Amino acid sequence: MNSPEIMQEDFSVHYTYTRSTGPVIGDFLTALRDKKQILGIKGSDGRTLVPPMEFDPITTEPLSEMVDVSDQGTVTSFCWVKNPIKHHHIQHPFAFATIRLDGADTDFIHMVDCGDEARISVGSRVKARWADERSGTMTDIVAFDVTGA
Amino acid sequence: MRDVAIVNYKQTPATRDSLATNELQMLQSVIQGVIKESGVELSDMDFVCSGSCDYLAGAAFAFVEAIEAVGPFPPIKESHVEMDGAWALYEAVLKIRTGEADSALIYGFGKSSPGDLRSVLSLQLDPYYLAPLWLDTISAAALQAAQCLDKGVLSEADMAAVVSRSRANAKSVAGTQLSGDYSIEELLAEPTFVSPLRMHDCAPITDGASVMIIATPEKARQWCDTPVVISGLDNRIESSMPTLRDLTVSRSTETAGKAAGVGSKPVEFAELHAPFSHQEILLQKALGLDASVDINPSGGALAANTMMAAGLDRIGHAAKMIQSGRYTRGVAHATSGSCLQHNLVAVLEAVS
Repeated sequence: MNSPEIMQEDFSVHYTYTRSTGPVIGDFLTALRDKKQILGIKGSDGRTLVPPMEFDPITTEPLSEMVDVSDQGTVTSFCWVKNPIKHHHIQHPFAFATIRLDGADTDFIHMVDCGDEARISVGSRVKARWADERSGTMTDIVAFDVTGA
Repeated sequence: MRDVAIVNYKQTPATRDSLATNELQMLQSVIQGVIKESGVELSDMDFVCSGSCDYLAGAAFAFVEAIEAVGPFPPIKESHVEMDGAWALYEAVLKIRTGEADSALIYGFGKSSPGDLRSVLSLQLDPYYLAPLWLDTISAAALQAAQCLDKGVLSEADMAAVVSRSRANAKSVAGTQLSGDYSIEELLAEPTFVSPLRMHDCAPITDGASVMIIATPEKARQWCDTPVVISGLDNRIESSMPTLRDLTVSRSTETAGKAAGVGSKPVEFAELHAPFSHQEILLQKALGLDASVDINPSGGALAANTMMAAGLDRIGHAAKMIQSGRYTRGVAHATSGSCLQHNLVAVLEAVS
């Protein structure tokens, strides 16, 4: 029996709806776009949570006290993506990293674009590289650059 | 509350690409198979519950097509979870415990081959903070592994030992995907894939389907000689933001394990749903399983990892091993989400 012909069709999975991002996530995304500023939020235990959470991770109470944090920080862990997949924003080897931004008490996940795995380590100092045209999304930060060991 | 017992379980051979065989065809073969093997009729099932993910098919309500495999006319009592089949089992167990049903058929299925699984699964992340970065599943797990290594929770050799054992155990399992003899040295000599993970630290991509029949112990004894009682079942979830959790431990597994009564009697073996080698070590610790406990005698998810069925498969394999007489009491675990976010623990025991 001949193997049946397989229908091939490209299909793009995407969100077909829009929604308001609300006062917490909305403020965070707006600050990225308009002020090149990263915002955190004060949690019930006094920690600054970055990115800001709408609800306290311990008490589940709504949170509202937004605070500025730096766009510079320290790498706390990283993985090295040797062969980026189609959707990755950086199409040459790069790192996904957890970054403790100065002024924050939790880690922020983003990309570090440093060309070579040997140029990043836990403890590396990094700084956000901002997009020229920003639209209020996480990718308003293109990536983080390594500024020091 | 009433007890619940596993009657039978069956899975399709695990395959990297089922080609023109679609989800419905995979399901039909195992559902008909398990029904025939158990000497029951589909109409004997008081409740049907399934687990799958529409993102794999890339179409809303794709799971509805799969219901054809159980013939929903005349109308049946049926439900679906957009989760692994292990959570469909959880819903079915509640139905039986509360007296709403005396029996249930559970299935989980996933055909991952048509899409890019790493990208598809990144859509399960927070839609504002993480998904736009396309933090794929392997990169997220690699960050977790990096933190475990940095903290000294485990070593790369420990991870390789997990893979070596998984593939050796899988040699005795029919229809699995990855098996064979690999030494720790050999595995450590492989290049990294998404560093610190090597390709073999990651579960394979698998197409497949699995089905299970459960019932009250009375009914289960009518249908089979060796029902396996689910003596404990619990599931717990953690924050959707991986950065708000300590990724070097699995607190939700620990809590679920305690609630399910894992440590109340000796554990002989465990089937742990760890799609990445380092996660198996975290799970073992969270459940308090010492070196005397056989881990993943089936090879686990590193040998075959059907999306939305691999958790149910752990429970199914564990039940089959108790039915075969190899063990009398064991733990089965299922996970869901990024970096062990959501965990289910089941304790299975032979009927004495």
